[in-house]
Amino acid sequence: MKVLVAVKRVVDYNVKVRVKADNSGVDLANVKMSMNPFCEIAVEEAVRLKEKGVATEIVVVSIGPTTAQEQLRTALALGADRAILVESAEDLTSLAVAKLLKAVADKEQPQLVILGKQAIDSDNNQTGQMLAALSGFGQGTFASKVEVSGDTVAVTREIDGGAQTVSLKLPAIVTTDLRLNEPRYASLPNIMKAKKKPLETLTPDALGVSTASTNKTLKVEAPAARSAGIKVKSVAELVEKLKNEAKVI
Amino acid sequence: MTILVIAEHDNKVLAPATLNTVAAAAKIGGDIHVLVAGQGAGPVADAAAKIAGVSKVLNADNAAYAHQLPENIAPLVAELGKGYSHILAAATSNGKNILPRVAAALDVDQISEIISVESADTFKRPIYAGNAIATVQSTAAIKVITVRATGFDPVAAEGGSAAVEAVGAAHDAGISSFVGEELAKSDRPELTAAKIVVSGGRGMQNGDNFKHLYALADKLGAAVGASRAAVDAGFVPNDMQVGQTGKIVAPQLYIAVGISGAIQHLAGMKDSKVIVAINKDEEAPIFQVADYGLVADLFEAVPELEKLV
Repeated sequence: MKVLVAVKRVVDYNVKVRVKADNSGVDLANVKMSMNPFCEIAVEEAVRLKEKGVATEIVVVSIGPTTAQEQLRTALALGADRAILVESAEDLTSLAVAKLLKAVADKEQPQLVILGKQAIDSDNNQTGQMLAALSGFGQGTFASKVEVSGDTVAVTREIDGGAQTVSLKLPAIVTTDLRLNEPRYASLPNIMKAKKKPLETLTPDALGVSTASTNKTLKVEAPAARSAGIKVKSVAELVEKLKNEAKVI
Repeated sequence: MTILVIAEHDNKVLAPATLNTVAAAAKIGGDIHVLVAGQGAGPVADAAAKIAGVSKVLNADNAAYAHQLPENIAPLVAELGKGYSHILAAATSNGKNILPRVAAALDVDQISEIISVESADTFKRPIYAGNAIATVQSTAAIKVITVRATGFDPVAAEGGSAAVEAVGAAHDAGISSFVGEELAKSDRPELTAAKIVVSGGRGMQNGDNFKHLYALADKLGAAVGASRAAVDAGFVPNDMQVGQTGKIVAPQLYIAVGISGAIQHLAGMKDSKVIVAINKDEEAPIFQVADYGLVADLFEAVPELEKLV
């Protein structure tokens, strides 16, 4: 079966971002960018499905600026077969991305679409669910285990109180949680080979999708800073402060 | 303006996060209706009817809704939601699972995890693991929003007397089914609602050493949390994880033990009123957000703390 994996180019998770002085957004100039960590897990899961003989082809798709090609090449180096970039310079909402992914899925007809559970920049946690709604497919969100058998997929999900397993008819949408797998590193020969793999570029217009949004970001501010704390010398002093100064115990 | 709040429940008990969500709805203003979708969830509907400020409870009782499968519940919410100005759910695993499916069905953008209501169409929400706060305005006819519980003080669970109305609509998409679940058992307070949280990180060294934290927590009536490092190392189950990808807590007192304080962990706890850090590395980033820091070996400090409180 064919697996479609969506990846997003985001600021590297180790970077401590700064808010721009004019409050228009965060400063991403000259900041290290990477593949969203949850998307790496999605790519890894697709590659493992291929290694098990479940998946026959892995198509990786990204929606974003021209530079997102770097993240698609990374996915190709990890084992994806070909890549599609839907080029868009604007900052798209999750709904717009879901609509574009739906258009790509309609063309590609995958049996399984794997996405990360959330992107670490917008922290929305929406796209997979929205894509499932638009396609009319079942959704296995926050997956920690994925097992395909015949025309169904069993997905174990991380929920607030523990874990839940659901069974979905294929085609289906899965979004990855941290504990689904440990992503591999791309080897140098594979990075070289990835440069020769096909990468197709599309535009929202070519896919016939409107990316208009009902959400508008008015401003972006730094969070309120915490006032500086103190270091105590002993446990006794800590307990005394908590009882008499902070009055929390 | 009428607001629909999706109740969070397990068919028996109404989850406390619903009260925080109703509080956010009250800040928006207007009539507040609560939808209880489930199977045999009559007691939950009765509890919802008593919430202060709720004017109507809709009870959709159907086998298809028993396990909160989004494929079945989202079409119900989208259908009912057409008559409302706002649809709100708590940003719990159920809320996050169901609501974006509703938003897409209604063809509107969603606003996730709001922490404040600026006006009926403008909200604040954290982005970049809480390192920036965005003010977002929605022009959608129906505003679909998840609410971060720690951003809003809960409304009173008693005092209301709303009418409960049965909803007949049954949606069974037939594309998903519930297989089973494994819930962690704990007698301690629920992590996201606890007044005091004691959390352990990689510095705990193994799962057995968490007994020191459990002893301290029991003395304080606290919940026990963990950093991702402690969960990934298998010390404790993942539903104890506090952080960007785990639970968001904002207790009166947060005690971080053997936790370095990575950006992703801070995202889950830095709105706590008082933060205490116990760590033997005085350069650990956790000390930059801690109100009280103690540079010490946790295996000496925690038992001593337990004795003194």
